[in-house]
Amino acid sequence: MKKKDFDVIVVGAGPAGLSAAYVLAKAGVDVIIIERGKFPGSKNVMGGIFYREPMDDLIPDFYKEAPVERHIIEQRMWLLDDVSHFSMGIKTQKHNSEPYNCFSVFRAHFDKWFAKKVVEAGALLINETVVTDPIVEDGKVVGVKTDRPQGDLYADCVIAADGVQSFLARSLGLRKKITPDKVALGVKEVIGLSEEQINDRFGVKSDDEGVTIEMTGPFLKGMEGMGWIYTNKNSLSIGIGVIIDDLVKHNVNPNDLLESLKSHPSVLPLIEGGETKEYLAHVIPEGGYKSIPKMYTDGFMVAGDAAMLVDSVHREGSNLAVESGKLAARTYLEAREAGDFSERMLSKYQEKLEDTFVLKDLKFYRNLPELLEEKRYLLTEYPQFIIDAMTEIYTVDGVPKPDKFKKIKEELKDRFGYVRLAKDIYTIWRKLR
Amino acid sequence: MHFLVFIKQVPDAAQVRVDYETGTLIREGVPAIINPFDKHAIEAAVRLRDQFGGKVSVLCMGPPMAEEALKEAMSMGADDAYLLSDRIFAGSDTLATSYALWAAANHIIKQTGPVDIFFAGKQAIDGDTAQTGPGIATRFNVPLITYVIDIRKVDPEKKTIEVVRLVESGQEVIEAPMPCFLTVEEELNKLSYAPLPYLIRAAKTPVTVLNSKNTEIDPSFCGLKNSPTKVKKAFTPPKRERGEIIEGETLDEILNKLYEKIEPVLKEMGKV
Amino acid sequence: MIKQDISKYKHIWVFIEHDNKEIARVSFELLSKARELAKDLGCEVHAFTVGEKVEQFAEEVFKYGAKKFFIIEDPFLKDYITEPYRDSIVYMIEKYKPEIVLIGATTLGRDLAGTIATVLQTGLTADTTGLDIDPKTKNLLMTRPTFGGNLMATIFCPDNRPQMSTSRPGVYKAIEEPVKGEIIREKFKFDKAKYTKKILEKIIEEGEKVNLGFYDIIVSGGFGMGSKENMKLVQELAEVLGGTWAASRKAVQAGWAPQTRQVGQTGQTVHPKIYIACGISGAIQHQAGMKSSEIIIAINKDPDAPIFEIATYGIVGDVLEVLPKMIQMFKEKLGKA
Ligand SMILES: Cc1cc2nc3c(=O)[nH]c(=O)nc-3n(C[C@H](O)[C@H](O)[C@H](O)COP(=O)(O)OP(=O)(O)OC[C@H]3O[C@@H](n4cnc5c(N)ncnc54)[C@H](O)[C@@H]3O)c2cc1C
Ligand SMILES: Cc1cc2nc3c(=O)[nH]c(=O)nc-3n(C[C@H](O)[C@H](O)[C@H](O)COP(=O)(O)OP(=O)(O)OC[C@H]3O[C@@H](n4cnc5c(N)ncnc54)[C@H](O)[C@@H]3O)c2cc1C
Ligand SMILES: Nc1ncnc2c1ncn2[C@@H]1O[C@H](COP(=O)(O)O)[C@@H](O)[C@H]1O
Repeated sequence: MKKKDFDVIVVGAGPAGLSAAYVLAKAGVDVIIIERGKFPGSKNVMGGIFYREPMDDLIPDFYKEAPVERHIIEQRMWLLDDVSHFSMGIKTQKHNSEPYNCFSVFRAHFDKWFAKKVVEAGALLINETVVTDPIVEDGKVVGVKTDRPQGDLYADCVIAADGVQSFLARSLGLRKKITPDKVALGVKEVIGLSEEQINDRFGVKSDDEGVTIEMTGPFLKGMEGMGWIYTNKNSLSIGIGVIIDDLVKHNVNPNDLLESLKSHPSVLPLIEGGETKEYLAHVIPEGGYKSIPKMYTDGFMVAGDAAMLVDSVHREGSNLAVESGKLAARTYLEAREAGDFSERMLSKYQEKLEDTFVLKDLKFYRNLPELLEEKRYLLTEYPQFIIDAMTEIYTVDGVPKPDKFKKIKEELKDRFGYVRLAKDIYTIWRKLR
Repeated sequence: MHFLVFIKQVPDAAQVRVDYETGTLIREGVPAIINPFDKHAIEAAVRLRDQFGGKVSVLCMGPPMAEEALKEAMSMGADDAYLLSDRIFAGSDTLATSYALWAAANHIIKQTGPVDIFFAGKQAIDGDTAQTGPGIATRFNVPLITYVIDIRKVDPEKKTIEVVRLVESGQEVIEAPMPCFLTVEEELNKLSYAPLPYLIRAAKTPVTVLNSKNTEIDPSFCGLKNSPTKVKKAFTPPKRERGEIIEGETLDEILNKLYEKIEPVLKEMGKV
Repeated sequence: MIKQDISKYKHIWVFIEHDNKEIARVSFELLSKARELAKDLGCEVHAFTVGEKVEQFAEEVFKYGAKKFFIIEDPFLKDYITEPYRDSIVYMIEKYKPEIVLIGATTLGRDLAGTIATVLQTGLTADTTGLDIDPKTKNLLMTRPTFGGNLMATIFCPDNRPQMSTSRPGVYKAIEEPVKGEIIREKFKFDKAKYTKKILEKIIEEGEKVNLGFYDIIVSGGFGMGSKENMKLVQELAEVLGGTWAASRKAVQAGWAPQTRQVGQTGQTVHPKIYIACGISGAIQHQAGMKSSEIIIAINKDPDAPIFEIATYGIVGDVLEVLPKMIQMFKEKLGKA
């Protein structure tokens, strides 16, 4: 008889794995989740904005119970050079009433809570255990090996939600080792401040209301990356993520980069006087649509970061993880119905994902990585121009406004030339179509 | 054989810091762990169970969150876990705690059979009293062996045990009949990496919750009110200021400066 | 809780810890401290012990001011075994009803005190470092470190007697104040069949004293010492200073020192007058065991090592250079060259 300990083994208790296990447990499937950390979330770094939408469908009104920090009512986007920032953003009361749009969270708390729900739903959670290898028999995945004594486990299906490095997907040949141009290194600090200080500095009324700031521009000296500040209840998460290749090429140490972000004149007043409570570093897959592997094989599916599902433009990841975990689980349920866990059957998983925002969003931006690779100046010269232009317009120095606009126009022509400008706009429009 | 291990959940003392302004401990965000000594007690019991058969029960008195400690104990290989949790125990000193644990252990024994070896840690790292184990042993009226660093022999036929314990002048090899009560040092064993089936069993097995209603514990011996010792006040010891780095051109100069600084103390001690 | 008529209890009793040959130093320290307390209470200090041959200690005990010495001598008490010691001591305490019972917080004392207090159904405060009398209530106020020395608690025992405490060695000064004392010999009938625990063997580690708390100077070596061989420098300096040596956990784990010499959260807590940390980084778990030393001298080549945060005096340098010089210097200064 075929060996079988569980119906499904989920590897990794991040948002992807927990979502998959939740759906399965609710459907009465005998599911085990293996997590290498001391508890779910203990190894997690995410900056952390967690989106309500895909999660709400799993556990309705989850945010009323889950340990979220603040709901986000304002999202700012800053273009940063060394001395200025140009700000855009949206603050809306539409995001200030239930069911809210997104939340700042500490993954160490949030994942732990989510895991509790998953266990209550009937899944078995095993912590402090590392999955070392898939067990493959007759070309099919039939289980996993762990680093524990007597550590082999067999199941109908394995769902790999083991994060960006996904050892499982790699060792099955579904994914290649990620190259340094496809991943960003994120470094982050949590800085403690009082609730009142945060409310004052970010212009919100209560400790429930939160703000995010995302930062890019010439400050990064042409490296592809983004900095961020998120408000928690009584701390700020501040971090910066840069494509590893760029860090190497520019010979910068990410810690130094974070330090210089922290001392930026626009950032410093926000964090001043705060005490650094923790420091963390982690990689984020940013290869986009084109780096997405085949997400299934016989008896095996990949979800979340493990399948490179991160939307780096909108710094979304956890929501893609939740959605993909859910769909992997639903595909398993169909497969179980049919008694067929073959590659052909499980391919429906990827088809389903194609129909959701997950792959549609990523597809939309599919050419962006290459575009930025090719035209690095998009990240430096244009933002710098915008900053300079705004500075010019807002500087009162006796120069009449018409002259100022004329000057800006000339600058535009000097710096880029109309032909190149038109070309760039056309390229961006085409690539994002 | 039946082994019963008393385990306590404690804040990780290494991460507890002092708020010198309020004179209190900052416990926020400090993880709760199984008292390190107790882990070695669990390990010892599990190894004996694996060698001689039988089962390991673990008992912890504490708030509901102490269930985590018991789950971890089961992950290490314990078979049954009991959480003694009830408001009436709040504020118990060691006399009241040892009463409650003794009474709860009696309840377990009634349900599941007599115990051959009781285990406790040498001391808990929060209170550092080292009194609870001896207190329970005394109530059971079984031989008490403290500071155990080695279990040399267990003879299930003759019902005897031979252990090595630490004393001021070295070590003692002790023979005692079972049942007996051991409080253990960290040196007793090295914690092993538990096999996966233990973890799975732990995840599947619920913790039995005991309280004043489902046991025969007499509330008039429990809790703050019935504890003979009371805390009058708690305060933080004065903060240690950062001292001085002694500098100088040569090492000799540095050492001479150091000597001058400590000479009065050496004199006072009669060293000079 | 069993209520008692506490008015029947009088006088302070100090347990005389011994190995049938010699009295443990902490017993003298406690006798000396007890005299202070007795003044506040207007009562007497008494000593008590049991053993095979204990009358021999009377003279010394009286030298430290005990007015009475309660003893039980019995060949059965040749070695310290918890249960017969407990039963014979409990017998005396129940008969004479002291108000306060002080026992040294040694391994023996802590083994014994917990079981006695349980039989007597009274409160016991562990490992205290401060003893005072509440001027109003006349209760004994017992202060002790918890959470690895991070928090101090003052504890009292208002409704039960005796008020019991184990007290750390080395906290109080042993000061002689001879009196003419009286020996009170008691007998206890041991039901020998009841005592089933036996000592098969005693392994005396010559010079391997376990209780670091006895020493007012401790030289401690950490992983920065580099090897077991280099640990000899630590031992030598300790010897020159007339103290003892200890180690960090990492040094113990490396096999450079026995666990019995480990200082820290999972080792011993010490508070000597001088603690010299050699090649020890000063991890919080290590600090937990030595932070309350009066003077901390740290030698470390890393100027940012956390040990310097708490060191009274720091020397930034290589232990292998500093220690030999230091040994030589102290030899000269202390006239041991
Ligand atoms: C600095 C940073 C900031 C971010 N900010 C945001 C943000 O604001 N909003 C957002 O939506 N997303 C953000 N992301 C992305 C987001 O964190 C991820 O997309 C999301 O966590 C993916 O979830 P997952 O479940 O796929 O993987 P993970 O959350 O990485 O979970 C994988 C789990 O698997 C475990 N594991 C790995 N290997 C093994 C093994 N062999 N055996 C057992 N267990 C294993 C890990 O311990 C981990 O718990 C950020 C990421 C980073 C690094
Ligand atoms: C639950 C738990 C309990 C623990 N309990 C204890 C405990 O009871 N006691 C304890 O000590 N630890 C304990 N630890 C371990 C503790 O965290 C540290 O790991 C340990 O104290 C480090 O020992 P160390 O300072 O000797 O070694 P390290 O941290 O490796 O430090 C060595 C130091 O030596 C210095 N150094 C190196 N070479 C030289 C040289 N040539 N000259 C001068 N300086 C040099 C280095 O700069 C460094 O600062 C515990 C840990 C845990 C998790
Ligand atoms: N609340 C508790 N629940 C279970 N065991 C305990 C509890 N408190 C103390 N113990 C046991 O007694 C030992 C000594 O604790 P303490 O006397 O507090 O130093 C611990 O190592 C545990 O084995």
